[in-house]
Amino acid sequence: MARIHVDGRAYEVDPSRNLLDACLSHGLDLPYFCWHPAMGSVGACRQCAVKQFRDEHDAKGRIVMACMTPASDGTRISIADAEAAAFRASVIEGLMESHPHDCPVCDEGGECHLQDMTVMTGHTLRRYPYSKRTFRNQYLGPFIAHEMNRCIQCYRCVRFYRDYAGGHDLDVFGIRNGVYFGRAEDGVLESEFSGNLVDLCPTGVFTDLTLGVRYTRKWDLQTAPSICMQCSLGCNITAEERYGSLRRIVNRYHRDVNGHFICDRGRFSHGFVNSPGRIREALVRRDGGLVAVPPGEALQQAAALLSGRRVIGLGSPRASLEANFALRALVGPDHFYQGVPDAQGRLVGLMLDILRQGPVRTPAPAEVEEADAVLVIGEDFAATGVRMALSLRQAVRRPGFELAARMKVPLWQDAAVRELQQELRGPLFILSTCPTGLDDVAEVTQRAAPQDLARLAYAVGRRLDERVAGPADLPEPLAALASSMADTLARARRPLVVSGASSGSAEVIEAAAAVASALQARGAAASLVFLAPEANSVGLTLLGPRPFGEAARLAGEGGVDAVVVLENDLSWRFAPGEGQALLGGADLVVVDHLQNDTTAGAAVVLPSATFAEADGTVVSSEGRAQRFFQVFVPGAPIQESWRWLRDLGRASERGDAMAWEGLDAVLEALAAEIPALAGARDAAPGAGFRIAGQRVPRMPHRFSGRTAIGAHLSVHEPKPPDDPDSPLAFSMEGAPIDPPAALVPRFWAPGWNSIQALNKYQEEINGPLRGGPAGVRLIEPTRGDALYVGDVPPPFEPPRRPGDDFYLVAAGQVFGSDELSQRADPIAGRMHAPFVALGAEDASAAKWEPGVEVDVELGARVLRLPVAIWPGLPRGVAALPVGLGALRGLGLPAWGRLRLR
Amino acid sequence: MERPLTARVRADGEAVTLAEYERAGGYRGLRRALQESPADIGATVREANLRGRGGAGFNTGLKWSFVPLGPDAPHPKYVVCNADEMEPGTFKDRLLLEADPHQLIEGLAIAAWAIEADVAYIFLRGEYTDAAARLERALAEAYAAGYLGPDVLKSGWRLEMYLHLSAGRYICGEETALLNALEGKRANPRAKPPYPQVSGLWGKPTIVQNVETLCNLPHILANGAEWFKSISRSPDGGTKLYGASGKVRRPGLWELPMGTPARELLEEHAGGMRDGTSFRGLLPGGASTDFLLPEHLDVKMDFDEVQKAGSRLGTGTMIVLDDRTCPVGFVHNLERFFAQESCGWCTPCWSGLHWATEALRALEEGRGTPADLAALEHQTRFNAMGRTFCALAPGAIEPLQSALAYFRDDFERHVRERRCPWK
Repeated sequence: MARIHVDGRAYEVDPSRNLLDACLSHGLDLPYFCWHPAMGSVGACRQCAVKQFRDEHDAKGRIVMACMTPASDGTRISIADAEAAAFRASVIEGLMESHPHDCPVCDEGGECHLQDMTVMTGHTLRRYPYSKRTFRNQYLGPFIAHEMNRCIQCYRCVRFYRDYAGGHDLDVFGIRNGVYFGRAEDGVLESEFSGNLVDLCPTGVFTDLTLGVRYTRKWDLQTAPSICMQCSLGCNITAEERYGSLRRIVNRYHRDVNGHFICDRGRFSHGFVNSPGRIREALVRRDGGLVAVPPGEALQQAAALLSGRRVIGLGSPRASLEANFALRALVGPDHFYQGVPDAQGRLVGLMLDILRQGPVRTPAPAEVEEADAVLVIGEDFAATGVRMALSLRQAVRRPGFELAARMKVPLWQDAAVRELQQELRGPLFILSTCPTGLDDVAEVTQRAAPQDLARLAYAVGRRLDERVAGPADLPEPLAALASSMADTLARARRPLVVSGASSGSAEVIEAAAAVASALQARGAAASLVFLAPEANSVGLTLLGPRPFGEAARLAGEGGVDAVVVLENDLSWRFAPGEGQALLGGADLVVVDHLQNDTTAGAAVVLPSATFAEADGTVVSSEGRAQRFFQVFVPGAPIQESWRWLRDLGRASERGDAMAWEGLDAVLEALAAEIPALAGARDAAPGAGFRIAGQRVPRMPHRFSGRTAIGAHLSVHEPKPPDDPDSPLAFSMEGAPIDPPAALVPRFWAPGWNSIQALNKYQEEINGPLRGGPAGVRLIEPTRGDALYVGDVPPPFEPPRRPGDDFYLVAAGQVFGSDELSQRADPIAGRMHAPFVALGAEDASAAKWEPGVEVDVELGARVLRLPVAIWPGLPRGVAALPVGLGALRGLGLPAWGRLRLR
Repeated sequence: MERPLTARVRADGEAVTLAEYERAGGYRGLRRALQESPADIGATVREANLRGRGGAGFNTGLKWSFVPLGPDAPHPKYVVCNADEMEPGTFKDRLLLEADPHQLIEGLAIAAWAIEADVAYIFLRGEYTDAAARLERALAEAYAAGYLGPDVLKSGWRLEMYLHLSAGRYICGEETALLNALEGKRANPRAKPPYPQVSGLWGKPTIVQNVETLCNLPHILANGAEWFKSISRSPDGGTKLYGASGKVRRPGLWELPMGTPARELLEEHAGGMRDGTSFRGLLPGGASTDFLLPEHLDVKMDFDEVQKAGSRLGTGTMIVLDDRTCPVGFVHNLERFFAQESCGWCTPCWSGLHWATEALRALEEGRGTPADLAALEHQTRFNAMGRTFCALAPGAIEPLQSALAYFRDDFERHVRERRCPWK
C-alpha cells in the first residue's frame, strides 16, 4: 500500500491505481467523464484535474489529471485547490459549449452524469454566446436512440464498442468540436453489447429506446434487484417499473459475475412482461375453450382434477427454485419430473456431476478474464452465454497486460497498453461446429461435427495426461493441431476450458472435462465452465427431478390422470404436439404467465408472476444461487407460481406441508429437504432483515408519481402493498443507503444520480459491493485427483450422398433462441428469418445457391427453409438456428434430410 | 560561413542527384557511422548538441539514449522522419526535401543505425507533391546503390525505408499523433509516458525526428561534433534554416549559424520592412510562438535565448507583423487554423480554440464585447501547457496570449469602436 495526501489528509491506497481511482475508492468526489472503471484512463476530457504538489513545502503545485497520474507513495494533491476547482468548472463550460441544454426533454435527464458533474464543479452560468454546432442523428436499430447534439466527446462509446467489445460498426468521425460518434450510415448496431452504450454514455447521446417508447424518469421508477433470466450466466440486473409495466433493465454491478456490462438480450427483453400475450386471469376449459373465472373457482376445478388421482408435475428450467420446489412438494418427489427432453436433462446432469466431483473448479464468470489460455469446445458464447464472450475477449488480452507490466506501463493506461499490445493475443482455441462470435480473436478455429470436436479434445487431453484415452486414428494434421494446443495449454498457469449444452453432445462435455482434469493433474490452476441451457437449469437439476421420458412412458401406459405443468411450454422444448402427446390424455393444470401452445391445451391455467412480479432464487451455470426480487405487485389474480402451487396443495389437500406464508418458509423447507440447495437460503437476506428497523425502499427518495395517476379519483395516497417475502418495501420510505449487496435496488447517491453512483456502493473501484456477498456458490469440487469419464466417440461419418442426408446441429442465436425474450417486441425485431445453413462444399455439390428453398425432414417433421451457406461448416453437417420461426423442439443434434422442392 | 545543409542546392530548383550528392561527399557520414557503434554515434550527436529542429529543441543524442539497444531490445525498431511540415509560416523543411533528398535519406539512415532500427519511414505532408516525387526517385537510387535495403553498404545491416504521404492534418506533426496516423488510426496524440523511444510505432521503440534535424546528421558524422559546434554562434550546435514572411522586403529562407540575432535576420537577410510599413512584432518560430517586440530584436535566435525573451525559437521561421496589419485579424487567422486542426481529443483544445476563434471573429466583425476579451484571456489560461493533452493548444494560444499582452489597446479599440480599425 502507498500513502497519499489529499487536501492534507492521508489515505492508504493501492499504488498500482491512478489518483482518480484512489480518490473515488475513498469516497471522495472528483468529477470525470472519459475514465471508466472497466476501461481505464485516456486523459481526454481533463475533467478530473487536481493540484499536485512536489512535497509539503511546495505551495504552488501544478495541475495534473488525476486519472493519468499514478497514486504513488507520498503523492500530495488537492481537490479543493481554487485553481484546480476553477479549471474543472472551465472544462464543464467547454464541454457544454454546444450541448443543447435540453434536459427537460432528454431521456437522460435526472440520471445524467453530465448533469451531476456540472453541479459538482459548480459551473452554473453559461457564457458561450455563439452558435452551437449541430449534427444529424442516425437510426441505430430498435434498441438505442441517437442524439448527437448532446455529445461531449468523451470517447467512451467507441472505446467500449470497438476496443472493449470488439465491435466494428460504431466509429468516430470528424475532428475539432465536431467529432461524430455513429455509424458510417444509418443502420442497426451490430454488437450484441450495444445496450451498454446507454450506461456508458455520460449524457443523452445513446438512450434506451425500450424505455423511451413509454418514458419515465428514473425518480419515478420503482426498482428492485433482479437476475437476468435470458441465459444461465446469472447476470445481476436492476429491473424498473412504473404503472404496472416493466420499463427498463439496467446493469447491476456484481464484481464476480457481470461487472459493469450485460448483453442486449438481457437488457432489451423485458417487454415480455408487458406483453399482450400475458395471462392475466385464471382460466378453465369450458365448452372446448378457455374462459376466465375467479381464481377460487379455478383452484377448485384444478383441485378436483388432482384430488385422489394419479398426478405428476413437470418442472421448469425457467422457473425459480421455490416454484419448482413447491411443485415437487405438491406432487411428491417421486412424481416430480423435469420438463425438458431427456437428452438435455442428462447433459445438465452430467455437467453437474463433473463439476461437483471435481477436481476442476468452475470459476465465477468474471474470473474467466484471468485465464491465460482458453479452449472453447462446442459452444458459441457470443450467442448463448453472451456476457461471457465479453469476458473471454478480455482474457485474450492478458499477454498485453503482462507486456505492459514488464514495460512498467500501468494497466489503467488504456491507450498505452493497447498500443503496446497491438495484435498480441493470448491463446484462444475454438473447436466448434458453427462459426462463433469470438472467431476474430481466436488463435485456432477448428470446425467439426460434435463427435470430432470431442475426439480432437480427447487428443489434447491425451497429450496432457497419458491416462486420458485418446483417439487412435486421428488424421495427422488434427493430431498435430491437438499437440500444439495441448502444449500451449500446458504452459498456461490458469488454463480454462469452456463448453456447454449447446452442442447437445455428452461426448463434448466429457472431453472438455478430460482436458481440464488433465491440466489440473499437471499442476495448473485449471478451471472449467459449462454453460447450462437456461436460467435455472442447474437449480432444477439439483432438485432431483425424474427424467421426462419416464413420465411419458408412464403416461403412455395410462398411468397418469393429471399433470401440473410449471412455467413450461412443451411446444418450445418438444416437437409440436409431441410434448402433450407424450403425456397421453392427462388433464393439464398449467401455471404460467404467457399464452402458449401448452396453456392453450390446458384444463386449468393459473396466471403466474414473471420474474419482475415475484421473488425467487435461480442457480446459474456457475452454481451460484442468486435471488431476484419482486419489482411490482401484479394485478390480481396473478401471483407467484409457488403461491399458486401452495394454494393448489391446500385446495386439493395434497400438500400437507405447504403451510408457507412467505418465501422464507419455502426456502426453509427446501433447505431441510435438499441439503445441496441449503445455501440458496443465504443468497440474500430474508424477509425479516431490517436496517435500523427499516426495510429497503423500492422507490427512490424523489419518487413523485405516487398519487398523480389516480388524482382524478382520489388524492389520498393508497397504503403500500405489504411484502411478506422480502425485506424490500413498496415505498420510498426506508433505509436510504448501504443495503447489503443483494438488496441494492438501484445505484443512486447524493450528487450521483446516474448509474455511475456505483462507486459509492463499492468497497473500492472495481471491488465488491459493500455489505457482504450477493449470491452463494453451491458447487465446489469434492475431490482432488484426476477424473476421466466417458469414452472417445467414433469419428463422424459424413453421408455418402451429400445434399441429402445431413447431421443437423443447433446454431444458437442471440435473438431468438431464448423462449421469453423472443416474445419482447424489440428482440423479435432483431431475429433473423429462419434458415438452414450448410457448408460451401455440400452446397456446391448439391448445386444450391443461397436462398434456395429446401425441405428439411427431421423425423416426422418437414420444415421448408431457405439455404444459407456457412463456408466453414463441416461436410455432412447442416445447422439450424434454433428458436427462429418453427425451429423449436427439434431435439438436435439429429440426422435429417434436405431435399430441394 | 559554412552552409552544410544547403551548400549543394541547385540554382535551377531541381533536386541534387545521387551522383552530385556523392561527389560533394554524400553518404560519407553513413559510411563512417557504420564503422562505429550505435552508442558512440549517439554520444557524438549528443556532444554536438544537435537540438531538435521541429521546434522543441530537445537534444537529439539524448533522445536516442532512451531507446533500448543490444540483443535484448525489442524489434523491429523504427525511425520516422517527421516531414509533415504544416505550421503556418513555416517552409524550411520543404527546401531540404525538394532540393537535396539524399541528404535526408542519409541522415535518416544514420539515425536508424544509431538506434539499431530496422525500418524507416518518411512521413511527408501530402501536399508536398514535388518533394514526394523527388524522394521516391532518391529512395530508388539509394536502394540501387546499396545505401538502403537488405545489406546496407555491405555491413550486414538491413534497413528498409518507406515514404508515406500524410492525409493532411496539422496534428499529424505531433510525433505520437503521427505514429497513430502511420498505423492507420485516428491522428490523436498519445499519452506520454510511455514515450515513443520505448513504445512507439506499433508499440515498438521508435524515434521521430524533424527533417532538418536529420539533415544535420551526415555532416556531424563526417566532420565531428567539434566542427558542428564551431559553425554555430550559440551553445546549440550547427546552422539553422531561418525564414521570414510578412511585409518584409525579401521574404525567404537562409541557412545561418545557430544564434544569429533576430535583427540581423530581419534587417540584413529579409531586407527590413517594406516601404510604408513599420515593424510591430514577430512570431519567431512559426505560428505557435509568442510575439517578440522591437525591444527583443537583438535576441540571439537559439532555443535558450528566445525562451528568455518570452517566446520560443520553434521552427525558426519568423512571421512579421507590421503596423498596417490588424493584430486581431492576424491572430484570428492563426487561431482559426489551430481550432480547425484540433484533433477533438481533449476538452480545452476542441472547445477552447473554437471559442477563442469565435471571440476573435466577433471582434473583427465589430460585434466584440468586453466579455469576448475576458473569454480570450480565459482561454489562454485554460489551454496552458499541462492542462491539455498535447502541445497543440498551448502552442496555439501563444500568439494570442502575447498579442493580448502586447497589443491590448488594439483589442480594446475593436470593442470600443465596434469595428476593426484597420478595415
